[in-house]
Amino acid sequence: MTGAENLPAWAAVPVIFLLVLGGGIALIGAIGLMRLPSFYQRIHGPAITVTLGAGCILIASMIHFTALQSRPVIHELLITVFVLMTAPVVSMLIMRAAVYRDLRAQKNTFSAGPDDVYRLPPEEKD
Amino acid sequence: MMKRLFPSLRLSAALLLAWLLLNQSVEPAHLLLGAFLAVATPLLTRSLQPLPHARIRRPLLLVRLLFTSLLEIIRSCFNVSRIILFTRPEGVNSQFIRIPLDLRNPYGLALLSCIINTTPGTVWAEILPGTNDLALHVFDLHDAQWWVDTIKSVYERPLIEIFEG
Repeated sequence: MTGAENLPAWAAVPVIFLLVLGGGIALIGAIGLMRLPSFYQRIHGPAITVTLGAGCILIASMIHFTALQSRPVIHELLITVFVLMTAPVVSMLIMRAAVYRDLRAQKNTFSAGPDDVYRLPPEEKD
Repeated sequence: MMKRLFPSLRLSAALLLAWLLLNQSVEPAHLLLGAFLAVATPLLTRSLQPLPHARIRRPLLLVRLLFTSLLEIIRSCFNVSRIILFTRPEGVNSQFIRIPLDLRNPYGLALLSCIINTTPGTVWAEILPGTNDLALHVFDLHDAQWWVDTIKSVYERPLIEIFEG
């Protein structure tokens, strides 16, 4: 028994809505990770999970415990702040690792011209 | 003296706030310990800080920029979801594009990279070596010039005013 059955209706409705939306977004992110063919596309799938997916679930948590404990429960804001500070750094590092791996794989055209960005090998479709 | 004790008032305030949020309490004991941490942490970690603390010249503009970014993040989330669910993977045109930046302040660039990477559908790769051009990866590219104009007008210009103004 978590006490969820005592949740008043005015809080239960937005909590349910946000949890379903957040869960759905996280699922779509996972589907993207599974379906998209190349690495550079797959990196965009989890981005929606950590922003809107996690955001909805954290707001739902704030509403749920605020209503249940009759006091403002907002320390989820800290999770939001830490996620927003760390997730971009991780995706940037992964992206650069992939770019430099692919550039090293074809040593001849290492430097890009003034117009294009990177001259990468054609992506393998697996 | 004040400057030596409090290298950055904002940083100290943020640490105190984080401590109070973690403990979910404003009792005097937590306030005292939080205040001690807020003063001690910036002093102890000063040698880890490679740059002087950022000066924010237009705080209200910063708030507005963060709000704009939030709306943009939510919008992009639904766009990326739509592409994942309803577009055949072969039809997604993922490309690197090159965006010449005028912003040079390291804090401004850091904030710009965080905003861009948090927005689904775009990932910041790097500032290309030897230039001030950003290599940006776009999930589904239709119009490269639109991205250049959007990033420069919506994000870069306010950041220049906030950090370099």
